[in-house]
Amino acid sequence: MNSLKVLSIILITFTIFAGITVPMVPQPQSIFEFPDIPGLGETARIIFFHVPAAWVSVLGFLISLYFGFKYLRTKEYNYDIKSVSAAGLGMLFCVLAMVTGSLWAKFAWGSFWNWDPRETSIFILLLIYGAYFALRSALGSDEIRARLSAVYAILAGLTAPFFIFIMPRVIGGLHPGAEGDSSGSIPIAQLQMPLNMYVVFFTGLVGFTLLFIWLLNVRIRAVSVEYQLLIKDQ
Amino acid sequence: MNYLFAIWAIVAKDVRSELRLRYALNALLMFVVTSLAVIIIAFQDSELNPEILSALFWIVIFFTAMSGLSRIFVSEEERGTTLVLQLVASPSAVYFGKLIFNCGLTLLLSSAVTLLYVIIFPTFVIQSLTIFTCTVFLGSLGFASASTMIAAIIAKAQAKSTLYTVLAFPVLAPLLITVIYATALSIQGDIWSNSIPQFQIMIGYLCVVVGFSFLMFDYVWKD
Amino acid sequence: MNRISITAVDIAKSFNYRTIFRDISFSLLSPSSLTITGKNGAGKSTLSKIIAGLISTTKGSCSYTLNKKNVDIEVFKRYIGFVSTYLNFYDEFTALENINILSRIRTMSRQNESRAEEILNLAGLRQRRDDPVGTFSSGMKQRLKYAFALLHNPAVLVLDEPTSSMDDEGIEFVRHIVRQQKKQGILILATNNRKEAGWCDKEVHLGMKKG
Repeated sequence: MNSLKVLSIILITFTIFAGITVPMVPQPQSIFEFPDIPGLGETARIIFFHVPAAWVSVLGFLISLYFGFKYLRTKEYNYDIKSVSAAGLGMLFCVLAMVTGSLWAKFAWGSFWNWDPRETSIFILLLIYGAYFALRSALGSDEIRARLSAVYAILAGLTAPFFIFIMPRVIGGLHPGAEGDSSGSIPIAQLQMPLNMYVVFFTGLVGFTLLFIWLLNVRIRAVSVEYQLLIKDQ
Repeated sequence: MNYLFAIWAIVAKDVRSELRLRYALNALLMFVVTSLAVIIIAFQDSELNPEILSALFWIVIFFTAMSGLSRIFVSEEERGTTLVLQLVASPSAVYFGKLIFNCGLTLLLSSAVTLLYVIIFPTFVIQSLTIFTCTVFLGSLGFASASTMIAAIIAKAQAKSTLYTVLAFPVLAPLLITVIYATALSIQGDIWSNSIPQFQIMIGYLCVVVGFSFLMFDYVWKD
Repeated sequence: MNRISITAVDIAKSFNYRTIFRDISFSLLSPSSLTITGKNGAGKSTLSKIIAGLISTTKGSCSYTLNKKNVDIEVFKRYIGFVSTYLNFYDEFTALENINILSRIRTMSRQNESRAEEILNLAGLRQRRDDPVGTFSSGMKQRLKYAFALLHNPAVLVLDEPTSSMDDEGIEFVRHIVRQQKKQGILILATNNRKEAGWCDKEVHLGMKKG
């Protein structure tokens, strides 16, 4: 665990440093320069933080699903603890992704929110998280709460993919990489990012993922302790 | 065979109960009428184009469904008859029975809204009838299936009615968007082949939700 | 007659971080009877619901055999009759309708409709059988619960507070049923009443364990 924490700190520090300080020039001459992407310019830097946040919020949901499923199979309350911890962190990163995303939208395209497919998808994810926690707070008994929220999470997890696949086809959008957007497409999708940007991007991705695992671990331990105290009380 | 008979018997019970008490039917009818009244008043002088009409159509259906479809499980829970039902029926028979009832109710609802729309809005002329009927049919079934499962989930919770809508919206959102789009296409008179992707999604959605509910209902129903 | 057995092994039930009871074991082979005793809140109703297949256990298991073959609770439900204060019927339907509708869901054939009338008469509800259950007193509802429990000639009868709300006639009726069931199948009683507890051969006591 400790090595994971250290690695996470190192990677994120590198990402922050490289992401912000490396200059963007039209014709990069060395590995210490990023290309200036038309239409995005300096705002592209936020890719190093926005995409990992969005990725981690989805990861949080998937992990929550996994543990929810395990709970239903085994009825062991520890799985429910893990499930709700992952969901809590996932929701946090979802909010972060939405905030960084709307900042990017404001500076790159002029308005904070546009209901383009990817923005709407992350919003739906936020609604799913919100619904998950609303359900949990409305249920009294620990066993019923664990069981029903796991079922709901799986239901939402099964219907959400429909959403992500429908939207870009049904409606065009601003988001880089959406249908009808030939220029300014997200550099990754077209592998237009040069190797040095790629490196920074992936270290950010890995760094955030490790950070998530670290936070998850701490949170699970905290909730478990709370639970142990509650059982001792009777 | 016994299993199918049990499902039918559960549907029959709910129909009979509904005819005697009329709670759900009244609630749904009132909701449809009031929402349409609001729409008429709000859009008095404006020209309603296909996209808006289509969206309003399904919004009315969505919220009316939210006000009435949870009854199927909530009424059992509130009156304490869940126990008796658990004693006589297997969980999946209960699920399919309730699902069929809700499907019937939703189809009734969407037919009523269609009829009212045709009467009220002169611009609501459906140029592609096959697309429209298929969309309304599949859409209604999809609505009913997701709503039934979620109704079972919230039956034991507090603050049921708000919780129901909060839980149902993210799950129904993909279906909602698809049917709104397909209905708009049908009003504009698009060709069949253009809407095939939409139907694929609707059928896929229905299969996934019903399949999932069939597998998971035991966990929701049995304590 | 079918040989039925119910075996409970180390059943424990927790609810909301509290353990209600644990290490409950017993074995019943028809014909036999068991009474569940304990103070208020000890979990008698909960245990009877577990045996009737309505609630799952937190730990341990309850298994059922029919003629020495293991049967899943979903199938075994058909052989169980359950009476409890937690049971409620559909207030908008009459007593007869309730019985008929519920037995149809249990998929008994339509021939049993005459039996429905018979059993309602037996339970003392002849005059009120076409009245909505919403108009019934608690004693009459209790009688209806018995009618419902006995309709399908269950091999296992689980009674939670058997004589609650019953008048003297009703109590006699219950005694009669108890005597019958002890001879034919398995009877399980959950009660506070010392006298009723004596109706059965075996006893399981749910106590609040300290420490």
